[in-house]
This record gives sequence, structure tokens and C-alpha cells, in this order.
Amino acid sequence: MTDVSVALGRRRWKRPPLIANPLLRWGLVVGGAVYLSFALGTTEVNWSRVWEGLPRGKQFLLAFAPPDFVSRWDDILDGLLESLWMTAVSTVIGIVISVPIALGAARNIAPLPVYYFCRAVIAVSRSFQEIILAIFFVKLFGFGPFAGVVTLSLATIGFFAKLLAEDIEDMDAAQAEAVRATGGGWFQWLNYGIQPQVLPRFIGLSLYRLDINLRESAVVGIVGGGGIGATLNTAFDRYEFDSAAAILIVIIAIVMGLEYTSGHVRRWVQ
Amino acid sequence: MDANASMLRLERLVKRYPTGDLALKGVDLEVPRGQVMALIGPSGAGKSTLIRCVNRLVEPTSGRIYLGGEELTRLGMSGLRRARRRMGMIFQEYALVERLTVMENVLSGRLGYVGFWRSFLRKFPQSDIDEAFRLLERVGLDQMVDKRADALSGGQRQRVGICRALIQNPQLLLVDEPTASLDPKTSRQIMRLICELCAERDLAAVINIHDVMLAQMFAQRIVGLRLGEVVYDGPADGLTAEVLTDIYGEEDWSATIQKDEGAAAEEDAGEPAAAETLRPDERMAGLT
Repeated sequence: MTDVSVALGRRRWKRPPLIANPLLRWGLVVGGAVYLSFALGTTEVNWSRVWEGLPRGKQFLLAFAPPDFVSRWDDILDGLLESLWMTAVSTVIGIVISVPIALGAARNIAPLPVYYFCRAVIAVSRSFQEIILAIFFVKLFGFGPFAGVVTLSLATIGFFAKLLAEDIEDMDAAQAEAVRATGGGWFQWLNYGIQPQVLPRFIGLSLYRLDINLRESAVVGIVGGGGIGATLNTAFDRYEFDSAAAILIVIIAIVMGLEYTSGHVRRWVQ
Repeated sequence: MDANASMLRLERLVKRYPTGDLALKGVDLEVPRGQVMALIGPSGAGKSTLIRCVNRLVEPTSGRIYLGGEELTRLGMSGLRRARRRMGMIFQEYALVERLTVMENVLSGRLGYVGFWRSFLRKFPQSDIDEAFRLLERVGLDQMVDKRADALSGGQRQRVGICRALIQNPQLLLVDEPTASLDPKTSRQIMRLICELCAERDLAAVINIHDVMLAQMFAQRIVGLRLGEVVYDGPADGLTAEVLTDIYGEEDWSATIQKDEGAAAEEDAGEPAAAETLRPDERMAGLT
């Protein structure tokens, strides 16, 4: 077929490559291959130690069964309630602070200096993982749920403001323009032109963050931030693996419950 | 006296975009009270820029704009907001806030008059709500008040857009391609509605429109814009082949001019039938 085309004097066509510059394109391919081969070549796996570890792992897993909900139930319940409290409070605080930052970080509605400032806030909040933040705040405020709440609130800002800002940037400008043309004020413009467009995303993100914060509250507890994580850590320290298993099961159940509800609510708000 | 007669006056209006494109090259234009003026011209001629300069959704680079004697180009933020209340705008693709109800969209036309908390709590004055019902009834949508805007067909949406503009109680309508996404019959219905409402309220209107035939059919005056300059300004029947060539460039215009006369005749004859077939027609428009 190509031959026929050439014979007929037609012009040939090839899809343009993803990266136009051939030097850069091949440089990336070769560089990537070289780095990968070195990385694989220097990875050491001590197979005998892996082998020795296997039966230990088996014993460890067996110690989890059967999970013991009873003997530490009061501790579990306390930790759980504390975790739920931390989750709710930090999600609300985080979202309340995120909204103005998200507005400032949306390029289509914020002036450039405000945009850069808000993007910087988001970048700082996103650059540290929750555990690092938690270690820092535990040192600052001492052990307990307050450090956990501050950690989770801060982490929420980076996540929520960034994703909400991106949704604001994706909105339909014509709808917002029409509201502006009526002569309404800036807050009225937000309320009528922008809020309806981003509300479903806002609710979806809030629920998503709520379930992330619940999971993170367990992790944050392990480094001293209070909640069910602290209970879990104590159970491990006392070698009470059956109680630890019970805690893990409770966490899994709650996360699954949240996942199920948030899915429902999100479908409902669309 | 002059300020009273002319609703809108543009003097040497220039718009240069940051990219360097000169969209308007010193346009002078005057629209008297109650006049429906169609602005025609090819894409990129500056029609959209022109009407957006009037309510300063686009900031003009230089020149002056007067609305009933008040210079708009001088106004600060709050003065501009007050002036925007006097100019209703109707958009291409309707630009309704899709997740708000029909009523909320119409009432959003009153945002310039009510405070933030009233609008936030949706506690508009009863007089506004009465007027919204009156307008919706006038355009035949009073049964759709609590539907979400995205559940309506194209023609219905544009009617809501018209209500939103009129509830501002404006002196001037700025209309940007009102029929660009509508089928031919709905287009005519919408244009007729806009012109009737302008006549009822003695409103001046500037209507950007691609469709030369529609412009001729409904507007009292036509202004042709090409590359940011006015190249024609006169009555609808003054649009000869030479004038159209001036505005749009070389093309065989005989069909356009003839078809227009035929279409106008058919329009008058087909009037009663149009009302009957309105519903299925609009449902079709909604699919697009």
C-alpha cells in the first residue's frame, strides 16, 4: 500500500514524536537505560537471610491469630475515639484554611503575587510527609493528640488547597463572567459563579481527605501523636500481637465504612 | 439633550491585547435609546471585544465609552459595578451557571442590587422574586423555576439568559452571539423575543451576530466590523454584495441576499405553525 502511495506521488506521514528534539529524546532513553542497569547491578539481596526470615515471619503472623478484642477493649475504644476526634477536627480546620489558599492558588482568579504566595504555602505543606511533620510537632508540643491534629491539619492544607485550586482553574470561565457582568460584588461572584461549579469536587475531596486523615491518624500515633496509633504501638511494644490484630481489624473496618459512604455521597452530589 | 438621545457612545475605542493583537482600531459608534443594532463581521473582527469593552469585562486600551452620559472608562471598581447593573449581557452558549436552578440564575441578575448575605442566603426581596416570575412567564418558562439550568434545552437556556439580563432592569443590552449554538428556528424565536422585549422596554441593544440573514431580519441598524474598524453603518437593506465583500471579503453573495428575502416571506407565513411545533423542536435543540 505504501509502495502504491509512493508510486502515486503521495506524501507520507508519520506521527510526530512526543519529544521533538532528537538529541533530548535519545539522551533520555540512553540515560534512563544506563541508570537502570547500574541501579539493578548494585542492588544486593542476601538470599540466605531472606530464607532464615521466612519461618520467623510465619510465627509472627500466627501470633496475630486469633485477634483479641476483649482484654484491651477499653484502650482500643479510647484510642479509637481519640483518633476519630483528631480526624474530624483536623479535617475541618484544614479545609477551612484551605479554601482561601485554594482561591489564591487558582491562576484564573488570583493576581500573580497572591498566586505565587499561595502556591508556595501549598508546596511547603506538601513537601513533608505526615510522619516527618508529626515527629517535628511531637518535639514541639509534646506527646499527645494535639501534635497529631496540627500535623493532619497542615497535611490537609497541601492536599486540599492544591486539588481545589486545580478544579477552580478547570471551571467554565463563561459562567463566572456572566455573574461578573451583572454587577455583583466579589464575594457574590464567588458564591454564584464559582462555588456551584466546584461544589461537587469540594464535597468529594472533603470526604476523601476525611478517610485519609483517619488512616494517617493511626500512623501519626505511632510517633507520639496520640489516637489509635498510640494504642497500636503500645500493643506491639508489649508483644500483644493478638490485641494489635484486633486494632488493625477495627481500623480496616472503619476505613472500609468511610470508603463506602464517601462513594455514595459523591455519587449523590454530582 | 445629546446625552439623553444617545444611550451608548464610543469614542476612538482602541483595544490592544497583551499578545500585541490590535483588536479595535479606534472605533466611533453611537447607539440611540431604543435602537436594536446588529454588529456583524467575520471571526476575529473584534465584535466580542467591542461589547466586552463596554461593560469592561475586557479593559479598553484607550478611548472613551459613555453610557447615557456617564463615562464608563473612568469608573473605579464600585462605580463600574453600579454601571454594570445598567447593562444586561446575553451570552453565546448561554453562560448559565449550570448547577444553579433556573430561578437562582435569573435572580443572579439582581446581585448588583442586593447585599452579599441576602444573596448568599437566597433571601432576595419579594419584588425581585415577583419580577423573576413575571419574566419567566413572559418567556414561557414559569413551570421550570426549580429545574437545574443544565436540564434545559438550548433555546430554554437562552430564554433564562434573557431573563437574567432583563431583571437587572438595564438601559442597554449587550448580546454576544445569542444564536450561535441554536437551530435555525429556535434562533429566530430567540431573536424575535429579544427584539420584542427591547421594544417593550425601550431598550437599546448591541447584538453580535454571525448570521447576516438574521441580522437583516431583526435589526433596525447594521454595523459591519472588519479587523477592528467600522466598514459599514446603515440600514439592513443597505447590505449589498459590495458591502458584504467589504466586511467579509470576496465571496458570491447573491445567494445570501436573495435567500434573505425568501426567508423573510416564509417567516411571516409560517408564524402560527412555529408556535405549535415549538416543543419537539426545542427538545432537539437540547440534544446538541
